[in-house]
Order: sequence, then C-alpha cells, then structure tokens
Amino acid sequence: MSSIQEFEKTLDQSDKSVAAFEDRSFLRRIQHFLHSTPAAIPAIVLIFSIIVFGVLKGERFFTASTLTLILQQIAVVGILGAAQTLVILTAGIDLSIGVIMVLSAVVMGNCAVTYGMPAPLAVAAGFVTGTLCGLLNGFLVSRMKLPPFIVTLGTWNIIMAVNYIYSANATIRRADIETAAPLLGFFGISLKLGSAVITLGVVMMVVTVIALWYALNHTAWGRHVYAVGDDPEAAELSGIRVNKVLLGVYGLAGAIAALAAWVSIGRNGSISPSWAVTDYNLQAITAAVIGGISLFGGRGSILGTLFGALIVGVVSMGLNMLGADPQWKVLLTGVLIISAVGVDQWIRKVAG
Amino acid sequence: MEPILTARGIVKRYGRVTALDQSDFDLYPGEILAVIGDNGAGKSSLIKAISGAVQPDEGEIRLEGKVVSFRSPLQAREAGIETVYQNLALSPALSIADNMFLGREIRKEGPMGSIFRMLDRPKMARIARDKLSELGLMTIQNINQAVETLSGGQRQGVAVARAAAFGSKMIILDEPTAALGVKESRKVLELILDVRNRGMPIVLISHNMPHVFEVADRIHIHRLGKRLCVINPKDYTMSDAVAFMTGAKVPPEAMAA
Repeated sequence: MSSIQEFEKTLDQSDKSVAAFEDRSFLRRIQHFLHSTPAAIPAIVLIFSIIVFGVLKGERFFTASTLTLILQQIAVVGILGAAQTLVILTAGIDLSIGVIMVLSAVVMGNCAVTYGMPAPLAVAAGFVTGTLCGLLNGFLVSRMKLPPFIVTLGTWNIIMAVNYIYSANATIRRADIETAAPLLGFFGISLKLGSAVITLGVVMMVVTVIALWYALNHTAWGRHVYAVGDDPEAAELSGIRVNKVLLGVYGLAGAIAALAAWVSIGRNGSISPSWAVTDYNLQAITAAVIGGISLFGGRGSILGTLFGALIVGVVSMGLNMLGADPQWKVLLTGVLIISAVGVDQWIRKVAG
Repeated sequence: MEPILTARGIVKRYGRVTALDQSDFDLYPGEILAVIGDNGAGKSSLIKAISGAVQPDEGEIRLEGKVVSFRSPLQAREAGIETVYQNLALSPALSIADNMFLGREIRKEGPMGSIFRMLDRPKMARIARDKLSELGLMTIQNINQAVETLSGGQRQGVAVARAAAFGSKMIILDEPTAALGVKESRKVLELILDVRNRGMPIVLISHNMPHVFEVADRIHIHRLGKRLCVINPKDYTMSDAVAFMTGAKVPPEAMAA
C-alpha cells in the first residue's frame, strides 16, 4: 500500500512470529486470571479461612448461628467499605467516612428524639448530613484540587469535632428511640430461619454491594469512575467530566455512610457520639484493600470488598472461638493488608 | 476546492510568551496535511487551538465555512474533530471496547437502558470489532482484553480506530509513530493512509521526516509561531524542509496560502 522505505525493505524477511501464548508458564496464567478477575484472591482467602477455622473448631464454627453472627457483625463495616471502595477506585481515599457515619446517626437520633420530628424526616436529615459532608470532600478534591488524603484528614477532624460540639457527647438511649421513632431501629429487625439470624442490616449490606456492582460494571457512570481512577488526564481527553465524577463519588460515599449510620442504629439500639473513637474509616479501608481494591485507583471489584469484610469477620470470630488474644486478630489483619497490596503490585506487572 | 477547516490570524499568549503569532492554517478535504516545525515553534499550540484544548486569544477558526470557537475538546469532538493525543488518552485498565466508547457509551434500548441505565455491551463490542476489522486490526484477539495488555502499536491502532470511527469531519494525529518500533510504525502509517483513502482528512504532527514525506499530501511548516509556508513533498527534499523549519533557508516563494 504505502511505498516502503529503503531501511524497511528487509522487513519482509523479518521474523513474523508474535509473542505466543502457548508457552506461558503456569504462574503467568494465574497472573492473567487474577488480572481479569480481581475478586478471585479475596474469595479464595475467604474460603481458605473458613476451612481453617472449620477444621480447628469443627461443628461449633459451622453452625448457622455462628456464620450469620459474622454477617451481622460486618454489616456496618461492609456498607462503609462499599462507600470507601468508590472513593479508592478514583485513586482517592476517604478518612472521614467513619465520622460522617457517626454524625449522620447523631443527627437522625436528635431530629427524632430531641426535636420530635417524624421518623422519616429524621432519617432524611441524616442522609442530607452525610451527603453534604461527602460533597464537601468532593468539592475540595475536585474543584480546589487538594489531595484526597489531606482533605479527608482535615474533614475527619472537623466532622468529629462538630459531632462532639453539636451533641455535647450525649448518648441517645435505646428506650427513647424505640418510643419516639422505631423506624430508626428498622435495620435491627431480624429474620430467623432455624438458628440462622439475618438482620435487615445484613440484607441491606448485600443489596448495597450488588447495586454498586451493577452501577460500576453496567452503567456508563461506573466505567467513568474506573477511567477517572485509572488515568484522569486520559479520561478528561476522552470527554469525561472528571470533576463531576469525583464530586458525585464523594457525595455518594457520604450518602452511603448515612445508610451505614441507619444500619448501625439498628445494630446498637442506642446512638452515641463517642462511636467516633472507633476506627470505622480504617476498618472500611482495610476491607477494601484486603478485597483487592488497588489504592492506585481504577482496579478491583466491589465484590472483593465484601469478601474482604467477611475475611476480617471470619478471622476475628474464629480466633475469638479459639480463645486467642484479640491482638492476634489485629496482627493477622496487618499481614493480610500487606499481602493484598503485594499481590496487587504483582498483578499490575501483567502489562509489563 | 473549499477547505474543510481554516484558521486566520490565530494568536495565543502564555503570560509574556507568544506561542502563536497571527498564524494561519488550512485543511482541504481528503488530504493528509503534515505539520512540522522545530520545538517551540508553536505546532502543539496550533493543534490545541483547533482541537479545543486551548482557546486562542485572537483569530477566527471556520469549520466548513462556519465560525466555531471550541471551549473544550468535547465540543470539538461533537463538531466532528477527533484528536489522537500523543499519550493516546486510553484508560489502561479498561477493555478495548470500553475504551472505544469511553465518554459516548451506548445504552440498552427499552426500560433497562432508560431506567436502569444499563450499557449495551454486546452492541458496543460488535461495533468495536467491526471498526477494528475494517482497519485490518483484528489481530487483536479479544475485544474485552485490557488495553494495557496490548503492544504500543496495537494501542495506537485502537486510538486511531476510535478516532476514525467517531470523527466525521477530520482527524488530528499527534506524533503517532514517536514511540513505536519500525514494524509497528509501518502498520500505523498504512493505517493512516487507509483512513485517508476512506475520504477522511487528516492532520499529522510528526518529527519523523521520512514518515512525513511518505504519507503527506502537503506539508505545513511552522516557524516562530507562524505558518512559514506550505510545500508539496514532491517538489522539495527533506533537507529543504528541515532548512525552512530551522531558518537555515528562506522558502523561495512566500506561498502563504
């Protein structure tokens, strides 16, 4: 077609074989499989840990009540982890997600109990609070171009302080909530199937993860979230409004944190501003990272986050039943985090 | 013949630096116009002004006779001007099909698309495969494989195919062979000629003189923020072009148009 240049004449005789896939090693094939199926590792680790504790603790571990108790324990962190996953997929991080949840819960409780607002309005007020906090993060990250770590480190402190100042650190008692606004405890309602106990909070966690999985994989918005985390400049040049996507992701993460607040009211019964001392944000990051969500953005499946939260839940329940020092759980979590990031780096090299 | 795109008196300043100083530009239907110039001559500013990536301070750009002023690359794209950037603007972790449709996804018909915003993946995969086969790029096996698992030439192929698939008026290619090996460059040059033969005018920015002289119909030489001249590659040698471009020689006629 095009006239060939002098130095290219020898191309005809050049070796025509291209990199063949037949001879690639077993390890290479695993690497490729994991590259295209990011939730596989956490799923395998989860099954492995269930088997280990099953063998060690036998019939006591493999009861419907134990296994469903694990689900109840991870419902809140699972939902927060889902919110965190959205942010991490954009190559960001949200350190404030835990305190956004606490503040949203306090607002829900105060609106219903202290101000006597109708329960649905109180819940809505909590969602507005969470969303606004998330949008503040999103505004600072997308418009002011500040690094997400710094922004959310700042808002973590700010929101935590607002939480204590606003509430005067007063706990809202279970009895008051139950009389004033039973709707707040909605997610504590449990369905019993034999000895299996599934709370609506657990159902909500699963629904949240599935809904987000659908949005991330089967809508244009989801593809844009991945593209923004992968390479923001390329995304912008492809016609994606990067700022809008970022603002939306942080705002949605805030709204999901408010959902986690509602679920945690159901789980705890009461509402305490001092929940803010619990490292919910770190637990959410842990679930996402163990679940194979890359901290560099653009990679990972939200199903992995669910598996990640389950791994932490299974390990802590198993060690608990073995009567081990609770610090072993902390130690093992640390090992899992570092292993997960190491594996992530290795999978990335598939392109190289 | 009427030019498809003209620019007249384009000025762009960055602080005290004047990147474009009353520059002109013409692209005719069905041609490959190469833009060459020394580093800092203002080639990329000129191209960015046309592709909407920067807004010129003065001057007028007309697309098919109508005055246009693009405030973003998106607007230029909507007007039918596709640009393949040097860094390709592909998302490495997304699949070939996802990348081809990034920013202009197709949704399913019916309620699944309008209410649940579900993407029509089979349709996008089919169109992507058709576009790649049209351009003879179907050595790429799996349309759903991540772009980062492709070679440099294949990635360039995907980017060019994307531009060719969606560009309706013209395509701008920024240094398409700069990062490629000999064999891959050859493939991409053939691809460029193939796209031109389908009637699509192409603006080619390149430092590679042999490539420019091989494929270009006309060569726009940019110097000191202005269009110095436009030459026919059949009438001049590569050393002439380099001499004009660096100021070592003055073009015989100021063929300004």
